[in-house]
Amino acid sequence: MKKTGAQIICESLLAEGVEVLFGLPGGSILPFYDTLSQYPQLRHILVRHEQCAAHAADAYARVTGKVGVCVATSGPGATNLVTGIANAHLDSVPIVAITGQVARPFIGKDAFQEIDITGITLPITKHSYLVHDAAELASIIKEAFYIARSGRPGPVLIDVPRDVQLEQVEYVPPGEVNLPGYKVPTRGHPTQLKNAARLINEAQRPLIIAGHGVIISGASEELKKLAETAQVPVITTLLGLGGFPGNHVLNYGMAGMHGTGYANRAIDNADLIVAIGIRFDDRLTGKISAFAPHAKIIHIDLDPAEIGKNVRVDVPIVGDVKVVLEAMLEMIEPREHLEWLRQLEDWRRQHPIEPAREGSGLLPQYVIRQIYEATGGDAIIVTGVGQHQMWTAQHYVFHEPGTFVSSGGLGTMGFGLPAAMGAKVGRPDRTVWLIDGDGSFQMTIQELATLVQDKIAIKIAIMNNGYLGMVRQWQELFHGKRYIATPLSCPDFVKVAEAYCIPGLRVTRREEVSGAIAQAMAYHGPFLISFAVEPEENVFPMVPPGASVAEFIEHPQKEVSVWPRQNTP
Amino acid sequence: MATTKHTLVAIVRDRPGVLNRMVSLFRRRGFNIDSIVVGHSEEPEMSRVTIVVNGSAAMVEQVRKQLDKLVDVVRISDITGENITVRELALVKVKASSGTRSEILEIADIFRANIVDVASDSLTIEVTGDEDKIDSMLKLLRSYGIKEIARTGRVAMVRGTIRVPSQVEGRKKRMI
Ligand SMILES: Cc1ncc(C[n+]2csc(CCOP(=O)(O)OP(=O)(O)O)c2C)c(N)n1
Repeated sequence: MKKTGAQIICESLLAEGVEVLFGLPGGSILPFYDTLSQYPQLRHILVRHEQCAAHAADAYARVTGKVGVCVATSGPGATNLVTGIANAHLDSVPIVAITGQVARPFIGKDAFQEIDITGITLPITKHSYLVHDAAELASIIKEAFYIARSGRPGPVLIDVPRDVQLEQVEYVPPGEVNLPGYKVPTRGHPTQLKNAARLINEAQRPLIIAGHGVIISGASEELKKLAETAQVPVITTLLGLGGFPGNHVLNYGMAGMHGTGYANRAIDNADLIVAIGIRFDDRLTGKISAFAPHAKIIHIDLDPAEIGKNVRVDVPIVGDVKVVLEAMLEMIEPREHLEWLRQLEDWRRQHPIEPAREGSGLLPQYVIRQIYEATGGDAIIVTGVGQHQMWTAQHYVFHEPGTFVSSGGLGTMGFGLPAAMGAKVGRPDRTVWLIDGDGSFQMTIQELATLVQDKIAIKIAIMNNGYLGMVRQWQELFHGKRYIATPLSCPDFVKVAEAYCIPGLRVTRREEVSGAIAQAMAYHGPFLISFAVEPEENVFPMVPPGASVAEFIEHPQKEVSVWPRQNTP
Repeated sequence: MATTKHTLVAIVRDRPGVLNRMVSLFRRRGFNIDSIVVGHSEEPEMSRVTIVVNGSAAMVEQVRKQLDKLVDVVRISDITGENITVRELALVKVKASSGTRSEILEIADIFRANIVDVASDSLTIEVTGDEDKIDSMLKLLRSYGIKEIARTGRVAMVRGTIRVPSQVEGRKKRMI
């Protein structure tokens, strides 16, 4: 049967099990949008800026395990996607971006809204296509989804010229994907598995660092079995949060720049590190030459290019984390490391994650703990980027994979609101809380309209400190308190919400916090709370840039200023 | 870190953008590519790419792994240090007068080069060999006045029955 290119795109999306698209139309993608009327099964969510379509697709993928899809027109629509695609690339999230392109005869002529988007996104996509022929569309889309979700997941872009969308061709459902150069390693090398098991069985002070790879591979159960059988304490990376239950006795929190003191001490003293699905990012390792000075390192990762990239590895295992752990479990013997655990408990007592202090103003940490209490850890928590993101990682307890959605690798301010949107669309059954900074929130604030138009009932908590807080913290600690370009004039967020027909509350005192959270959760639609938190509260512990993880700064008992700050613009 | 010349050989799918993707991985790290040669391979719809690049062994290995991950790169290996045959072809247009012509012909002869074009005031010589051989011949010709040089860059093949890159790749893997 003959179909248009646009129809073939829709058929192919359905064949891939796609239910939702996030996007915004324009001339070059219009034939595709026009065809959507024939495919009511495909729900389209209209964003207010294409960056948010990519972030929403990204978060949708993280919480559902499916491939997220975003759509944009050529030129500015496509370039607006770039930050979102880069974000998915750095956090290994499977998304497929479909962009319109000018008609084939106009390509390469600087036609109106023509941009070489496959060229621009070349270093931030796992793969990309410029479609020259509608007859290729079905197989390209099938291939794109396969590449996005298999192996180490990542973004794939498909650029479709307008006339290809209109072209009528015979529709033939695609055959099997045939990619001779595309390797997906699965099981680790048997000798290395044996070596790893031996090291684990022999270690005195073993430590597991669990990363995003554990969650992507769905290996939480296997990780738990390994930790429990060999009695190995587990710490996580930022994106590893939720991969190992936060309330498990063997969980020692997040490590790295703003990790717990005890997790960082553990790294510094361990004699064996089992790194699972992590990439030894500099925010985790601190000064690389001083990282884990006493430890042998076993590194399990799907991506061979990650092995040995940043640290020397004693036992490299290239394979899917779940498959590798399954195989390794057969060789792991039950062990006890009571002395090591006692040591860790001592460190936990010596370096507690600062509990919310009494008697001071409204602390963001306190608010986050209250959100945890109110949700029982059952919600999906999405963040922006900055101090509030780190406080969320430190003070909320994540029990399950897929409950913490945050921009790790790229650290994209503005990720929060569109990501919360995508998460809620993917998991309408779950409560979704966005914990955002006043700076981050203002980068994509326009998506409040999308929440209303598409009835996306997320709960928003803005940690309003009147600063680009994380940068201000660096200025305070490392730049002589010269607060250049960080004081932030904010609108009245509750009034802004109101303008979008979203109810909201302003909270300035700690006694009001739990009531406001309860009110937000009881409301059937989106709800916003602006918390006027301590403006100059800092995130501690902190490993200063360039220092080793053992050299973290603890909370200095400084006088905190009062709200509102004098220099509020 | 000590840098050395590395020869990478890849079999890639004949797709638009594949070279761009490969080169981009070098550019991003500030590598200068000495030469890159692309041509058909023994397999249909597959090209063979030979890349010569200067870098530390660790850096080059990191890029090789990244290159190997590209969807359209079927296989790739670093054949530096293997027992390889290396060839490059050069076309050299050199000034020649009636007085110098026979001397130039003699030099060409020593290097087993061919004269492919003769004009009233110049000769065009075609020479094949490794880079050293070509450099030596150019050095000798320089005094006559070189008008133009076209060099292909290096192609390479491992000696013996081993088929590169897959087999070398296999051996490397086993060594990890
Ligand atoms: C798009 C973008 N621009 C700049 C930065 C640098 N940056 C990192 S954190 C931060 C401040 C974030 O401020 P806010 O969202 O208010 O959160 P807070 O740190 O106050 O909790 C900035 C500017 C960034 N991460 N992303």
